[in-house]
Amino acid sequence: MGTWFTIEDGEGRFFRWELCRRQPGGRSNWHIDALKLDDQFHVSHKRAPGPYAAKGGATALKADNRETRVADRSAEFPHLAEYDRLVRRRMAIMAVLATAAVLAFLADVATGPSSLSAIEAVRGIFFPSELSGPKQIIVWDVRLPQAVIALLVGAALSLAGAEMQTILNNPLASPFTLGVSSAASLGAALAIVLGLGWPGMDITYLISANAFIFAFGSVLLLQALARLRGTGPETLVLFGIAMVFTFNALVAVIQFIASQEALQQLVFWSMGSLSRATWDKIGILALILVLIGPFSLRASWPMTALRLGEDRARSFGINVPRLRFMALLRVAIFAGVAVAFVGTIGFIGLVGPHIARLLVGEDHRFFLPTSMLSGALVMSLSSVVAKSIVPGAILPVGIVTALIGVPFFVALIFFRRERT
Amino acid sequence: MSNGPKNTQLKVSGLSIGYARRPVIKDLTLAPFKPGTLTALVGPNAAGKSTLLRGLAGLQRASGEIHLGDTNLLRLSLPEYSRHVGYMPQSLPQRVALTVYEAMLSALRTSQGLTSSTEARQIAMTTLERLGIADLAMRGLDELSGGQRQLASLAQAIARKPAVLLLDEPTSALDLAHQHRVMSAVQELGVERGTITIVVLHDIALACRWCERILVLSPRGLAADAAPSKAITPETLASVYGIEARVERCSRGFVQVMVDGIVCDRDF
Ligand SMILES: Nc1ncnc2c1ncn2[C@@H]1O[C@H](COP(=O)(O)OP(=O)(O)OP(=O)(O)O)[C@@H](O)[C@H]1O
Ligand SMILES: [Mg+2]
Repeated sequence: MGTWFTIEDGEGRFFRWELCRRQPGGRSNWHIDALKLDDQFHVSHKRAPGPYAAKGGATALKADNRETRVADRSAEFPHLAEYDRLVRRRMAIMAVLATAAVLAFLADVATGPSSLSAIEAVRGIFFPSELSGPKQIIVWDVRLPQAVIALLVGAALSLAGAEMQTILNNPLASPFTLGVSSAASLGAALAIVLGLGWPGMDITYLISANAFIFAFGSVLLLQALARLRGTGPETLVLFGIAMVFTFNALVAVIQFIASQEALQQLVFWSMGSLSRATWDKIGILALILVLIGPFSLRASWPMTALRLGEDRARSFGINVPRLRFMALLRVAIFAGVAVAFVGTIGFIGLVGPHIARLLVGEDHRFFLPTSMLSGALVMSLSSVVAKSIVPGAILPVGIVTALIGVPFFVALIFFRRERT
Repeated sequence: MSNGPKNTQLKVSGLSIGYARRPVIKDLTLAPFKPGTLTALVGPNAAGKSTLLRGLAGLQRASGEIHLGDTNLLRLSLPEYSRHVGYMPQSLPQRVALTVYEAMLSALRTSQGLTSSTEARQIAMTTLERLGIADLAMRGLDELSGGQRQLASLAQAIARKPAVLLLDEPTSALDLAHQHRVMSAVQELGVERGTITIVVLHDIALACRWCERILVLSPRGLAADAAPSKAITPETLASVYGIEARVERCSRGFVQVMVDGIVCDRDF
């Protein structure tokens, strides 16, 4: 592959250079391929400790020559410039998605079944004092919270879905694959039917809290079970499916014995709807995204490596069971809180990551943020559509997400550029 | 430092590895592996080659002792273990939306002790170049031919410089020229870095051509462990593979195997 020769630098230090013959554009050329140390280098430096002696060996020399080597080699590899262009293109894609999400958000605020005009509504966001009292309430207490929570829930569910698909090595996985939403439904059902309540606490909060506790508990239970049999994706999925069916059966039992009124409340709860948005919930959800999201991003490299196969990732020194468990906990929190606040909203957690994967691939440094953005966008658009499909009525958004997500998804598959 | 001193040997003694109710490697003791040497691990399907390699890579529970120099590797945690030992699995992942280069980056950035991104970029590209696939850097792993994919996978394993490198069938999907290029590159790397390299191969001629030591593993245990001309004999081939073969040296001195027939339909 190359030819070696040894040079001495005049101070008794020996270097080995490897020459590599390459032919860019048909011309033959000699390049210095690697800077290498002869064994004698070690000997000479044992006698005279120099700048390289601190670490010794090839690493130290590399570190010492880093600047020149980087300059030399980068110019030689057009691929690196190409990669930088790819990174810039991904940044641009993310910027476009973010812009689209903002536009969808404005459209979301502008639509709704009341006499408010679109321009009035959007102006009302920036200049609340210009609106009359009732209109101000419509914008600030109804439209805005719903529009904001749509973005947050979309981002949270899609991020959770992306992590779930990676740790289960399954593109059909979603945040709800392992029973998080079923567990949340069970928690909510118990709270609604048993009417449990602490004095002074609003019942809607109790429902949310109970739903979240069950969702989070289900993941801990899952992990405990999986620990007994190894935490491979197959085990997790099998136990997860067992839990989905168990929880669904329990919910069905509760529905069966519930009163007519409670049943209605329960069914409405489990249909995802943004109408339950309040600024408190928005605060909690935003806080969770801000506090826990960075942990997701920090695990980007190991998660990317996990895509190369479990054995391979472990051979890099990654503690895969731990990586999986931590990701699972994050998924439980994101999905659990989202379900607790707005009910089960399917499909976003499945399609958001897919859109991201088609757009930027699976380098999780880009994949995770893009998933969040595409989830937020699809959710926001769904909310707009939910308000416009039936004039004068707002459909539960959980019904609409698939209607809006699927065309988006199919279009992407069709227009995907064949990479060559 | 992942590069151990020049005299760091790998010693395997009393090693047992297995699955739930199926012991595969039983009480295996091997002569020490010296730095810079290239060893082939050959044997019939299901002999336990991959299992042995996974055990040596610290990926599968093993009992016994694996010493690298004075360090008992089996006592180390996986992150520490992985500093010393690099591994290329036999099977490749499917449906991965990563480019060859991104896979290299993730391999380098997650491995211990390497964090600088400029360094990772350089190493990723020089490693790909070394295997002659620099031009595939920006191609998706899913858009490669089977052989190209295998080369990319090998590149991920040799990007770092562990003291021990374990390659599970790195040439099984490669054409004649690439098989030899890869073996030559692996040998060269081993000498340069003082790596102890163990390669699982099915092609005995390839093993004899490039490796100075050959381990022949049969489902019953280790059948031979010696230089090619000692390890590969008609008797070993008959007892391990159940084939009738001649073993002759060619005019250049390399061991050649000529198969004349099947002695018994073992395994069928
Ligand atoms: N995950 C597993 N669980 C249980 N048994 C296994 C597992 N993987 C392999 N085995 C068994 O262990 C034995 C050795 O398998 P191994 O994969 O090590 O063979 P090999 O020598 O690498 O074969 P090949 O040449 O086909 O790759 C076989 O009998 C196989 O069936
Ligand atoms: Mg094998």
